[in-house]
Amino acid sequence: MSSRRARALADLGERLLARERAAVAPALNLVDDRRPEARKEAAALLAALEEKTLLGGARRIGLTGAPGAGKSTLLGALVQRFRSRDQTVGVIAVDPSSQRTGGALLGDRMRVRSGSADPGVFIRSLAARDQLGGLAEAARASVTIVAAAFDVVLVETVGVGQSEGEVADLVDTLVYVAQPGAGDLLQFMKAGILELPDVVAVNKADLGPMAERTANELMAGAGMGERTTEWVPPVVLVSAQEGTGLDELEAALESHLESLGPNGLQERRRRGRDAGVRVSLERRYGSHGLAAWGGHAKLEARLAEAQDHSGFALAEALGQEIESALRGGGSDL
Amino acid sequence: MNDPARPERDRPWVFRTYSGHSSAEASNTLYRSNLAKGQTGLSVAFDLPTQTGYDSDHPLARGEVGKVGVPIGHIDDMEVLFREIPLDQMNTSMTINATAAWLLALYVATAERQGVTADQLRGTTQNDLIKEYLSRGTYVFPPEPSMRLISDMVAHSVTAIPKWNPVNICSYHLQEAGATPVQEIAYAMANAIAVLDAVKARDDVSDEVLPEVFARISFFLNAGIRFVEEICKGRAMTELWDELGRDRYGVTDPKQRRFRYGVQVNSLGLTEAQPENNVIRIVLEALGVTFSKKARCRALQLPAWNEALGLPRPWDQQWSLRIQQILAYETDLLEYPDLLDGSHVVEAKVEELKKAAQEELERVLAMGGAVAAVENAYMKQRLVESHTARLRAIESGELPIVGVNTYTETEPSPLVGDDDSSILKVDAAAEREQIERLNAFRAKRNDADVKAALQGLHDALSNGENVMPPSVRAAHAGVTGGEWADTLRELFGEYRAPTGVVARESQVADEATQQVRKRVRALGEKLGRPLKILVGKPGLDGHSNGAEQIAVKARDVGMEVVYDGIRLTPAEIVQSARDEGVHVIGLSILSGSHLVLVLDVLAGLKNEGIDVPVIVGGIIPEEDAESLREAGIQRVYTPKDFNLTRIMDEVVDVVEASAGVG
Repeated sequence: MSSRRARALADLGERLLARERAAVAPALNLVDDRRPEARKEAAALLAALEEKTLLGGARRIGLTGAPGAGKSTLLGALVQRFRSRDQTVGVIAVDPSSQRTGGALLGDRMRVRSGSADPGVFIRSLAARDQLGGLAEAARASVTIVAAAFDVVLVETVGVGQSEGEVADLVDTLVYVAQPGAGDLLQFMKAGILELPDVVAVNKADLGPMAERTANELMAGAGMGERTTEWVPPVVLVSAQEGTGLDELEAALESHLESLGPNGLQERRRRGRDAGVRVSLERRYGSHGLAAWGGHAKLEARLAEAQDHSGFALAEALGQEIESALRGGGSDL
Repeated sequence: MNDPARPERDRPWVFRTYSGHSSAEASNTLYRSNLAKGQTGLSVAFDLPTQTGYDSDHPLARGEVGKVGVPIGHIDDMEVLFREIPLDQMNTSMTINATAAWLLALYVATAERQGVTADQLRGTTQNDLIKEYLSRGTYVFPPEPSMRLISDMVAHSVTAIPKWNPVNICSYHLQEAGATPVQEIAYAMANAIAVLDAVKARDDVSDEVLPEVFARISFFLNAGIRFVEEICKGRAMTELWDELGRDRYGVTDPKQRRFRYGVQVNSLGLTEAQPENNVIRIVLEALGVTFSKKARCRALQLPAWNEALGLPRPWDQQWSLRIQQILAYETDLLEYPDLLDGSHVVEAKVEELKKAAQEELERVLAMGGAVAAVENAYMKQRLVESHTARLRAIESGELPIVGVNTYTETEPSPLVGDDDSSILKVDAAAEREQIERLNAFRAKRNDADVKAALQGLHDALSNGENVMPPSVRAAHAGVTGGEWADTLRELFGEYRAPTGVVARESQVADEATQQVRKRVRALGEKLGRPLKILVGKPGLDGHSNGAEQIAVKARDVGMEVVYDGIRLTPAEIVQSARDEGVHVIGLSILSGSHLVLVLDVLAGLKNEGIDVPVIVGGIIPEEDAESLREAGIQRVYTPKDFNLTRIMDEVVDVVEASAGVG
């Protein structure tokens, strides 16, 4: 990296931390760029940002659920609520459906619009590319950029299998949007959605009895998931179309944040960071590569040592160690 | 016409021409000259601000005033529109949907000022919101309040305006959006059921009135070039409607179960290449909806031969009226009973269509009916798929279109000059003049009356009262369309329908598509990330079929496509282009307001320092295309560019050149 380029990069980081909206899109383009030179620059930028924002920065909320559950309408309603209190919002809309051709149809993520181009709202869509775990990594990078420049980050994704878990690692609070009549308790349990979400929103409360039944089923099952904390996910009936239940949803988001407390929140962010480092190293070097260097035990120890540092910086540093281990120098084998 | 030597003839259908442009004054002149030429009914085309409830001076109306129809902002405009046209003798079709209650209120108020009472009025308000969500795109409110407004109008008309058809269920636009005949039949029926069920559920509509309500529901069909199948489609719908009335709604009088429909024949199949051929297409399509007496249309409007080039002139519309007159008055078509009764072939085809349509109708009803199938995007996705299949068949040549993908050799056409003189140009001053008239009207009205009328409208709607009486009062008080619609927007909110563009890719790709895929992938590697395109539809125009097909094709060749649906402002498009980090922008505009909207987008990009190439598609005359290219637009596509694969190949060229990585 030339020194002029390095200065421009440092400048980009400063502009983001100064919340300059015009810096967000170029930064996202950079961290999406696969060319080797850009990869290095992106890693430097992300590390610098995360050192500042890992334990602070924007409130991060995830929104997941099956297609047709009404996420787009709910997303629009939530954005309007944050905007009405003058909070700026960055949305990362993740499309996990991968295509043979690499093509993807994005957009149409927010059913309710203001009709004007509101500078306080930013939306970037991300498509699945071909590689395993690649989307989680790209989403983490994007969230890190957006979290530096906006008050609230919303990560929206279609719930398909493991993507909920990946989103849970990126946010402070994960909302699962359930569709009335989408299934009975057993199906929800099978789908594993009772474990991850912190808040469950049953959308389209105007469907009346069916929505209430679904809500009751979910409430009955909410305490049954395997959890590490005492938190029992509240189930809220909402109708984004009618504007009902949104107060309750916001209250649930708020009380989840309170239940975490400052320590819990930091803990959660560190856990997410750790997951990010793991995914990144496994993707790049595979489990054999990791084992050649010292395996997961060593990785966990290193993560614990550097618990308040950027995961991006850590992944770069550990990556270099693993590469030299793989070349045969300094192997612990 | 009453030559005693000629046998008894049936009365012909109502002859109409879909028209209106620039101003109420200019449109009134046009209507009166059309009536003098033997047209027997009127079909009013409104401009997009009128259709979507914005006054002419609203920012969203910019560039759209008087373009695709006449601007009607208030009662003075409506009075001018029908000056010297006695409304008790007229049969008027109004293509109006989200703001149908308002335009009907203006019509009733105008009639009252002419000394004509509402019970004498004949005609129809289109008022079909479900097809707006699926195809035409001039919806405003969410489905639930939209269904309430429709049922309000039905409940009001059935007693107060008894000769009026308050709803015209449109399968027309479904065919334009790609529907197969089976889909057209099934979705129209599902739509009618949604309206009837909503009316039936009302407290103020008694069971005794329901058969009369059923009898007031009319349809608006499309007639395509496969005219034998179209004849069978009309017969199938006639039978299905009769059965539905009898079995689902208990209508005992067969007269009340008659399938009554108007037609605009197909514009989708009209070609820009060798446009004179369109006259033959229009004649055959007109024959399809008049041939079988049992399923003959009640009213017919024919497009003009040059609609794929731009707005037709009065002479072009006259030519289409003459087609109707020759068919009705010169030929012997109206001298015979039904010509197809007893045909085994027709009977079998009708049965086949009925059966398949009934199955599809059952599917929609099982998911909760037409409204649910709008919200979950089921119907829209099926339509987008059908349209994609149709365009692929045209591209491959499997579906021959003379002059377009086969027999393309041609002599120069004496009908089309080089200078765009073969289409109508809307006077550029029309918008400014309309705003001046609006301001003059606002200045002279009584503000206290207006305020009271709007409050009355608001209160009546909040109390669940019928929308019609307070709207008629508002019309007389001098309320404007924008004020009326704003009152409803505040109560009901606004809606965005699903785009129907789904993430499923085509299973088969031809050689050309695979070649473009390779180029897209290679370019993505050079750019560092996959080629990303924004497909944008600026302005009020809701005809999204073209934009949707571009989005689907771009995805199929491996691009990442951002498509946010219709009615975006240039500022929203500029913001989205930057936020999403796209490499190229494609804009689609069919309302004729391309110059203003495209230049606004370019100016916005420049202002924000965003250097992204832009391409444009739409019904764009060559003269305008030249201006757009001069302004910096990289490519301009018109209906003659049917080869989507080639368009995508050129998109790759454009991005390569702009990124300097060719």
